[in-house]
Amino acid sequence: MAILLDSHTRLIVQGITGREGTFHAKAAAAYHTNVVGGVTPGKGGTTHEGWPVFNTVAEAVAETGANASVIFVPPPFAADAIMEAADSDVALIVCITEGIPVVDMLKAMTFLKDHPDTRLIGPNCPGIISPGKGKAGIIPANICKEGRIGIVSKSGTLTYEAIDQLTRRGLGQSTCIGIGGDPLIGTTHIDALELFQNDPDTDAVIMIGEIGGSAEEEAAAWIQGHFTKPIVAFIAGQTAPEGRRMGHAGAIIAGGKGTAAEKMAALTAAGVRVVKSPADMGESLVEALKP
Amino acid sequence: MKIHEYQAKAILARHGVPVPRGEVAFSAQDVSDIARRLGTSVVVVKAQIHAGGRGKAGGVKVVKSADDAEAVGKDLLGRTLVTYQTGPAGQKVSRLLVEEGLAIDRELYLGLVVDRATQRIVLMVSKEGGVEIEEVAAKTPEKIHKVFINPAVGLQPFQAQQMAFAVGLTGDSVKKGVKMMLALYQAFVATDASILEINPLIVTKTGDLLALDAKMNFDDNALYRHADIRDLRDLSEEDPLEVEASKFSLNYIRLDGNIGCMVNGAGLAMATMDIIKLSGGAPANFLDVGGGANAEQIRNAFKILMSDANVKAVFINIFGGILRCDVLAAGVIAAVKELGVPVPIVIRMKGTNVEEGKRMLAESGLNFTTADTMGEGATAVVALAGGAR
Repeated sequence: MAILLDSHTRLIVQGITGREGTFHAKAAAAYHTNVVGGVTPGKGGTTHEGWPVFNTVAEAVAETGANASVIFVPPPFAADAIMEAADSDVALIVCITEGIPVVDMLKAMTFLKDHPDTRLIGPNCPGIISPGKGKAGIIPANICKEGRIGIVSKSGTLTYEAIDQLTRRGLGQSTCIGIGGDPLIGTTHIDALELFQNDPDTDAVIMIGEIGGSAEEEAAAWIQGHFTKPIVAFIAGQTAPEGRRMGHAGAIIAGGKGTAAEKMAALTAAGVRVVKSPADMGESLVEALKP
Repeated sequence: MKIHEYQAKAILARHGVPVPRGEVAFSAQDVSDIARRLGTSVVVVKAQIHAGGRGKAGGVKVVKSADDAEAVGKDLLGRTLVTYQTGPAGQKVSRLLVEEGLAIDRELYLGLVVDRATQRIVLMVSKEGGVEIEEVAAKTPEKIHKVFINPAVGLQPFQAQQMAFAVGLTGDSVKKGVKMMLALYQAFVATDASILEINPLIVTKTGDLLALDAKMNFDDNALYRHADIRDLRDLSEEDPLEVEASKFSLNYIRLDGNIGCMVNGAGLAMATMDIIKLSGGAPANFLDVGGGANAEQIRNAFKILMSDANVKAVFINIFGGILRCDVLAAGVIAAVKELGVPVPIVIRMKGTNVEEGKRMLAESGLNFTTADTMGEGATAVVALAGGAR
């Protein structure tokens, strides 16, 4: 088993006729994922790479029975695309788009509150992969291996790094979720950890955070009362200067708050194995699994 | 993106927020002319730099005549101000805001920011204006009052009224406060601001409310729909290499170490800085070349890295998911051949076609050090940059 995405997933791609949408729709389909169609307003009724294209998500859902959507539309239209998918009660929305204005996301997050059965992952994230079962997003499948370790991460390439460190040590993954580096995101560290806690096929978790905000501290507080599996954490940005936005819109230390040191201390106090070096995530997890 | 105080006040005034009368000056003569035009008995001259703490650093002067204003203008223009926000190098003053002096009764604080936890814009006010709000928040958090704003309906009058009463406004000032807060919220949303801070917001002896200072930062992701705000960018406030890098859509931040970093992905780029430090070295920069880096981007990135004279070695750490390692290797080889990079280069690459990439690097005749893991790469580059410090 895996979380969020498995053999029952019926995936549509919003922005399927674009370059990225096309490339990753094909990659997902090549990796066991049931891609059932796509949406590009104005191109409804056509087919693209063999998939039916619809004008709206509502039509796509009605025609294909889709229950998940991955979004590859440009930033000015991406928040709207999220709301459109939620409006059709798509259960899982994965938004890869980076660069959505915060004001747009404030509206989208408010809209989502009226759709409690819809889960958003991202935006500004690499998406989700359940090795051997399917994927929605851009995480390269060739570095993954089926197994029992969960990964939740704010960063894309650091997720790949963690996957690679596990795979090289013979440890496969149940599901890997990139939750995104924006200040406003749909699925938090806590949400993902709760899913992993309840998944009988996940034995342990690697959690990757970064500077900015207080999501890691909130996760640390939650872990203490609720999470019973071994967990290894790394926080990126230990050497980041204050007041500078480190690539990700959310990665900024402001007013002395949101530092890596605070987050590492909170997680350590919660009993999490916190590694200082990003090179030690895999090895530390191996240690954590020893009886 | 950051802008100057005088620019923020102009934006706020357009949205109906009361601000002191004033104009920007680029010369001492301007200062004197503006002071005369204002015609008030007291004039305030304020250095315009993208950093707080100007008052303490001597960047804000109160004078009583146009001649005195001109003298202060001469003194401030061209001076380098060092505040707690500028870093030790300070920031050169090339613009001044010249404003009417006002009879202040009380100084309040007002701020609007996006709160991540509640996913709402939060309006914060405090009676403790004119001081560092971070300190108030740390020592006496009960003195900061907050309301969270539903983006679907915006700030409501009753919420603004709650805040007005919370900071002790009475009589007519309550109405003025409510009107001002509603205008500030409108300005925040209409401009896609990320921070709007009025510190202090003053109540004058005649009961008027004005934004005596104004700080506005904007959401970079939304600048595409605000050409007028993009035009306010002051490149002289930014590091020249960072300005150059931004032209190529490279996420580059200059630091003070000697190991140049080239990485794909923001998280991995931060983690690469971290592992260099853990290995005893010091990163010269943060650089994210992006997920879809191609040969052209790698060439641009090398140009930026090598423009920093402190760089003694380069660490390339690429996790090629979509990007193939052979494509990366070809890009690096071409860039190094063209630009003649004079320092050692350590390359750690992972992902698709990594063996082919390594073979190309080995057969290029150029002197690359390759590493299989981040840890090995970091150790190697620290040694090549002259060892741990």
